[in-house]
Amino acid sequence: MERFVQVIVDGLATGSLYGALALAVVLIYRSTGIVNFAQGELAMFSTFIAWGLMQAGLPLGAALLGALVLSFVGGMLIERLVIRPVEGGEVLTLVIVTLGLYILVNSLAGWIWGFGNRAFPSMFGDGSFDLAGVRISVESIGIVAVLIAVVGLLFAVFQRTKIGLAMRAVSLNPDSSRLVGISVGRTLMIGWGIAALVGALAGALIAPRLFLDVNFMGSVLIYSFAAATLGGFDSPFGAVLGGWIIGVAENLAGTYIDFIGSDLKILVPLVAILVVLLVRPTGLFGSAEVARA
Amino acid sequence: MSLLEVSDLEAGYGPVTVLRGISFSVDEGRIVTVLGPNGAGKTTTLRALSGMVRRSGRIHFDGKDVSGYSPEKMARQSVAHVPEGRGTFTGLTVEENLRVGAYPRGDKAAIAEDVKRCFGYFPRLEERREQHAGAMSGGEQQMLAIARALMLRPRLMLLDEPSLGLAPKLTRELFAILEKIAREEGVTLLLVEQNANLVLKFADDAHVLEAGRIVMSGAAKEIEADEGIRRSYLGL
Repeated sequence: MERFVQVIVDGLATGSLYGALALAVVLIYRSTGIVNFAQGELAMFSTFIAWGLMQAGLPLGAALLGALVLSFVGGMLIERLVIRPVEGGEVLTLVIVTLGLYILVNSLAGWIWGFGNRAFPSMFGDGSFDLAGVRISVESIGIVAVLIAVVGLLFAVFQRTKIGLAMRAVSLNPDSSRLVGISVGRTLMIGWGIAALVGALAGALIAPRLFLDVNFMGSVLIYSFAAATLGGFDSPFGAVLGGWIIGVAENLAGTYIDFIGSDLKILVPLVAILVVLLVRPTGLFGSAEVARA
Repeated sequence: MSLLEVSDLEAGYGPVTVLRGISFSVDEGRIVTVLGPNGAGKTTTLRALSGMVRRSGRIHFDGKDVSGYSPEKMARQSVAHVPEGRGTFTGLTVEENLRVGAYPRGDKAAIAEDVKRCFGYFPRLEERREQHAGAMSGGEQQMLAIARALMLRPRLMLLDEPSLGLAPKLTRELFAILEKIAREEGVTLLLVEQNANLVLKFADDAHVLEAGRIVMSGAAKEIEADEGIRRSYLGL
């Protein structure tokens, strides 16, 4: 029993990491309809920036803050310089552009920081405590708490602020948005900035559990896509819940299904994506467009 | 003085030119209509005024040259455009649709008051304020589109076929409200319509558009009375 609870708790923590990156993916998809395959690499790049700032002598907190701010600005610049020229293009064009961005960012990071492994410290330290026989690390609690706080904050921004309303309006009807005076370009830039910021946070949460290297987000991205697909791709809540379900399922399968073990865990997100697309393509919370002609 | 002055306006989509140089003016406080058959360039006229399509020529609004303005910049000049297809934000609630209409404005208290004012004109919208706008009927979405335009506190409203797809009774109600908005609030209306019979009774001035050119301008009453125009261009 204790082992089972332990597996669930660990799964929730890992799932929160998938959820965090999925959140960034969902934010961009919601506002632009683009599936950003480069989201993981952007998060990796941001994490390297945080690492670089620490190498330069900044404490962890300041380095993270600096990386978040730079990521926000970087996300806006990417929208303006890379995405804007192909805005509204064919789906295939957009997919190729974000895949290109993936390779570009990955290579750029390798060129700047090399391909070696680096340790990245956790912002929550490495303490842990015992709760009824279950070992819970402070980091796990911290990860879940950060994720919930981020979702809450995003919800407040989208539902309660003017810029949030503008972002939702633009994602629904860009032409009509311009007619009411919204600058669509500026709104999309802010959307990409926020997504890059959330991605950077995800990178900083994930890196301590793995090693920081230029490819460390690759497999996480697949899990995040599974989480986003399961959650419905345009729902931030769905992304988080999807992340938790995938994380727990992965851990359960790895522990209790012998032939899966830790080597075939990657099957879990792939199977999840396949099943969701076959059974319920809109995911758990995705909006099947409600509209009357 | 005219609120809107348009001279030699050409506009089109890609390589296709739809408007072939039209000039007209709209006086403040008037209800002005642009009539014409399908494909004459009615919708393109409004789109050109809002900067939604490729265009050349001069547009002056309230004495100011706005020829190169983008749609968002035109909205900030308090020109509200109710587009073809109504431009509903389907995933937002009715009330959010109204609030987004006031986007360029900063006066919170006045915005809340204007929401109430819109509900006064269109009680149906108040009943549905929390509903997703995409789930409403065509007529309700047309009301919402007009209400959303009102939220801008416009000086000029551009209306693209407000009667399209509406039952005659609803159309009459809608035009009565538009007339109230024009006469009581002093909002200038420029509307394009296919339904000439209806709109000529309601407008002050009319321009008849045919194949991208204005072939006749005058008081709505005169145009309504002109047998030749009615037969040749309006199919009445």
